[in-house]
Amino acid sequence: MKARVFVTLKPGVLDPQGAAIGAALGGMGFDGVAGIRQGKVFDIELDAPDETTARESLDAMCRRLLANTVIEDYSIEIA
Amino acid sequence: MKTAVIVFPGSNCDRDMAVALRKATGASPAMVWHKDSRLPDGLDLVAVPGGFSFGDYLRCGAIAAQSPIMREVAAFGQAGGHVLGVCNGFQVLIEAGLLPGVLMRNATLKFVCRDVPLAVESADSPYTQGYEAGQEITLPVAHHDGCYIADDDTLARLGDEGRIAFRYRDAVNGSADNIAGILSRNRRVLGMMPHPERAVDPRTLGTDGAPLFHGLSGMLEAA
Repeated sequence: MKARVFVTLKPGVLDPQGAAIGAALGGMGFDGVAGIRQGKVFDIELDAPDETTARESLDAMCRRLLANTVIEDYSIEIA
Repeated sequence: MKTAVIVFPGSNCDRDMAVALRKATGASPAMVWHKDSRLPDGLDLVAVPGGFSFGDYLRCGAIAAQSPIMREVAAFGQAGGHVLGVCNGFQVLIEAGLLPGVLMRNATLKFVCRDVPLAVESADSPYTQGYEAGQEITLPVAHHDGCYIADDDTLARLGDEGRIAFRYRDAVNGSADNIAGILSRNRRVLGMMPHPERAVDPRTLGTDGAPLFHGLSGMLEAA
């Protein structure tokens, strides 16, 4: 089973890296970038008997390691 | 006083920490590898040193916080043991849930490596009782991810409970309320970004870190 996990900063959390990337894009002539937030993507190959079990397992992975839920949200897609 | 220093792959202040502890206590700390599953018996203090554990992959301190020894360190802290985390060690303690909040990329995006003036905010802890409250000291910082952030309730609680141990006198990395170091509720766990262990010898970088180790040693010896 293939899964993709997205980890993104919660709204309102300062993202100086995103801001710097946004400024660089503006400097390159890409106008109209009103905002940019940097996040992470994890592609995970998982042995699991069914999607429910996989989701439970991925959710635990996110809570315990992949995301810091003080500042980050996560979402899980299963292919 | 019996101490231990945890060593992760990528730790680089573990030996500085060992020197500082030996100077203050007269005894060498046990150097404990992160894959060990037990701490030595009868410890008074566990120090989690600075460095770049696991290459700062994922988030600084996140992978180290899941090392086998950290379950023991967390249990030691929850049972009232003294735990000191410096720089990457502070990041590890936060990721392990021993201290609240989060340490993010410096707001300037720059690695900051210099001596900075600090105010000792609270002298009411084993670590800071060798200082006067309000005293200004100078310690080196060397970090890329030291911007301390917490929600408003946590920040208010840290302030109300006198758990802010050190504050930067000037903005260094964008930390909320210029927080440089915080204490646990029982005041026995301290996490701080500046390096007291690099300031214990007059031949190198001053001695403003020495009272932390001497104060700790004096209090724990007397206990």
